[in-house]
This record gives sequence, C-alpha cells and structure tokens, in this order.
Amino acid sequence: MNFIVQGIQWIFDPARWSGPGDIQSRILEQLAYTFGAVAIAAVIAIPVGLLIGHTGKGRDVAVSLSGGLRALPSLGLLIIFALLIGIGFKAPLLAFVILAIPPVLSGAYAGIEAVDKRTVDAARAMGMTEWRVLTKVEVPLGAPLIVAGIRSGVLQVVATATLAYFASGGALGVFIDDGLATRNYVELLGASIVVTALALILEGIFALAQRLIVPRGVTAGQVKDVRTRPVRSRSTMGSPIQEGK
Amino acid sequence: MIEFRTVTKRFPDGTVAVDEFSLVIPARQTTVLVGSSGSGKTTLLRMINRMVDKTSGEIEIDGESIYRLNPVKLRRSIGYVMQNSGLLPHRKVIDNVATVPLLNGVSKADARQGALELLDTVGLDRSLADRYPSQLSGGQQQRVGVARGLAADPNILLMDEPFGAVDPIVRAELQQELIRIQRELGKTIVFVTHDIDEAFLLGDQVVLLEKGGRIAQEGTPAEILSKPANDFVATFIGADRGRRALSVEVVNGRNVVVDADGRPTGVLQ
Repeated sequence: MNFIVQGIQWIFDPARWSGPGDIQSRILEQLAYTFGAVAIAAVIAIPVGLLIGHTGKGRDVAVSLSGGLRALPSLGLLIIFALLIGIGFKAPLLAFVILAIPPVLSGAYAGIEAVDKRTVDAARAMGMTEWRVLTKVEVPLGAPLIVAGIRSGVLQVVATATLAYFASGGALGVFIDDGLATRNYVELLGASIVVTALALILEGIFALAQRLIVPRGVTAGQVKDVRTRPVRSRSTMGSPIQEGK
Repeated sequence: MIEFRTVTKRFPDGTVAVDEFSLVIPARQTTVLVGSSGSGKTTLLRMINRMVDKTSGEIEIDGESIYRLNPVKLRRSIGYVMQNSGLLPHRKVIDNVATVPLLNGVSKADARQGALELLDTVGLDRSLADRYPSQLSGGQQQRVGVARGLAADPNILLMDEPFGAVDPIVRAELQQELIRIQRELGKTIVFVTHDIDEAFLLGDQVVLLEKGGRIAQEGTPAEILSKPANDFVATFIGADRGRRALSVEVVNGRNVVVDADGRPTGVLQ
C-alpha cells in the first residue's frame, strides 16, 4: 500500500512535469503510438473487414490471418523491426499496427455480418446499389461492433506501447526501463499506474462512444422494464376501513 | 403483363427450384402463387425483380426482357413487400417509406409529402411518421412495408407472404385493406402465400404450384374450386373437407347449406 502511495507521489512530483524527458511528453508519445497505430490499422483493416462482411468472401482467410497475427509476440516483432529498419519510433509503430489489425479487422467484419440479413435483402430489393447497402444500412447498423473492434485495438496498443523503449522509441516505458535499471521501484510503479490510468480513461471514452453510436431506432423499441407497475401504488394494508359514517 | 418463358433456376448446390416454368401474369390484377414450401414460389417472385437470377429461360415485363435492364433500376420500378416488413430499423417510418423515391432522385420535401399521403392510403395515422419501426406493432410495420412498396408508384407490386407473421385478426384486417387498396390503385400484384384461403380471398388468378415450380393448376378461385385438376389440387384446396364441401338440405322448405361435418353455414337465397 505504501508503494502505491509513493508511486502516486512520484507521478505528481513537480520535477516530473518539467525539463527534458518530462512525463507529459512521455504520455503524449504513448498516446501518439496508440492513436497512430490504430489509425493506420483502421485504414488497412476496416475497408478489408467491410468487404469481407459485405460479400461474405474471404472470411476464413481473415479469421486465420488475424488469429496468426494475434499469436505473434509484440516484443519479438518490435525487435525484429528495430533490427530491420533501425531504432526510433518507426519500428515500434509498425509492431503496434500489426498488433491492432486483428481486433479492428474482426470488429469490422463481425459488425457487418451481425446485421439482419433480411434487412439487407430488403434494402437491396428496394433498389439500393451495393455501395448504398453497405454505407447506408450495414455500416450504421454494424457500427457498435466496428467501434468495439477499434476499442479493443486501442486498449491493446495503449498497454503495449510501453515496449517502445526497447527500440529507443520513448513513451512511458522509458520510466519503467529506468526504474528497473536503477532498482527504483517507486518509479516503476508510478509509470505503471500512469499506463493503467490511460488505459482505463480510453476504455471509458470508447465504452461511451460505443453506446452513443447505436442507432436510435435500434434502442427505441427495446423494452427497458419488463415489469408492469403494480395496480396499487401504495400499501393498503393497515388502513382502517371506516364504514357507516 | 409479366411473362415467364421456360424459366429454370438451378442453385449452385444443384437443387432445381424452378424447372421450365411458363406463365403469363396479367396486368392490373392480383395473381397469387400458392404452394407449400419447396414449391419455388418465392424463387419465382424474386426472379421478377432479379433478386434471384435465372439459369435459363426468359422473363419479360410488357414485352421487354428484364435482363436488358440494370437490376438496381429494375428494382426501383417494382414494389416489394416481404414477410417481416424488412424496414430499416435505424430510419423513421417516414424515411423508410420515402426510401425509393429518394433513390429515384425525388426531392426530400416531395418524398416526405408523398410518404405522408401513403400512410393515409395504408390506413396509418400520420402521427406514426416519426416513430421508428421497432416502436410499431407487427401489423403496423406490415402496413408501413406496403406503403414503402407503393412509394415509387410502381406498376408492379411483389408481395412475399406479407401477412404470414401477424396474428389471424390482424391478418384478416390487412387482407381487407389490401383488397381496398387494390380496388383504388389497380396494380399488377404478384402475391406469394402458402395459405389457400388467403389465395382464394385475394387472387383474381390463383396459380397452384407443386414441387419444382410445376403448375398444378391455374385459374380463378371459382374455376379451381369447381374443377380441381387432380388429386393434389383437390387435397391442397381441401375440396373434400369442412367448409369447401358444402351440400344443400331442405329444411322448412328452404335450402340450407351445410358443410362436410353437417353444420349449417347459411341459407341459399
């Protein structure tokens, strides 16, 4: 318990927030990796996922491919990229893109697949082009799952971005590396708390976004309360019946 | 007029849904395709708007092959009503009804105005326009589905078991409503059902289908009832049962009609 208090004190130490290598630039680096990697992954994986979901083709390939990608250890990947393209921010970013692709991809095609086939069929039968079916029907109705895929990608990368220091890529892992090297466990713990807090905040934001993106018509008809109100709104026991007055 | 000429549909798995089917569907009347499951009735219906493509044969509308037209354009010119209404859950009732006119390039204001008038046509209150489909009852959703099918003022309306999923009372209401709408609008309606009573109620022509889209008999309800072509038809329409097998008994000097079970159903005038 004492360690945690010290860790939190370490975070809010004014020295931490000024000078070179201050904590806010490390946090920004961590976030830049997260959003950079997920954005690149989304540009690649969402169109592919939408195509797979819409056509129903290539699903097996996507499932095994993203399964394979998931099995790759991020640290090993990062080090291989660092050896190939040199240290700096590019190697970790690339490794994180590969980390983010499977959840974003499976979110995208699962979102489209989850849309009621009869709704899609009706849209097509009315004379919507395939593009319109995708953009006006499948994407809006599948959006919650598509966002869920992005949410899961963000969460994985924000936690894993700590590894960037292995390739001298900065981010919050720098403190952890430093803490390990100098046996400064308070620093180690403080940095871990910041990473955890970032992950929780992003999770909260995305959970909210995911709820807001559910189309209104889908939530509108849901029965929120299956109980009907009691006929008697208050207890009638014990109130005396006064007859004959 | 819709004409099928020796149309065959073989699905990729090898099943032949429709085999060398030929039929002329007259304009401005209701033609009901009736048969049990596996008779290919829905496949036939969906071939008219090219939701299912033929394997061989020819389908023409007013003498023009539907395969010369772009399928998307073709579908916009044909109304389609399906069993579960098929409404877009994320769009309001009015926007659902206005979908096809908007696709056809009608201005938003005109499309919405037209949609409101169509709600009147199908007997829905205009106050429902801003609701979402999930906030309506099954019968109301089905009415919206009919309104949407009529929205582009198509000559042809395809209806695929549109009243199959609502309870009997609502179904009877919707059937009467369709009869009224058809009297006002005079569309070429192709209606698919497995319910022979519904077929006889709604159809000017009834086409009774056996497995593989083979026509067991086609004709007016009276023709089919008076002269079932074979045992299959007789069994399907229940010619020997219940209220189809009526006989006359003279009681108190009047002709009382009784059904197969001997229960009186009315008096001949």
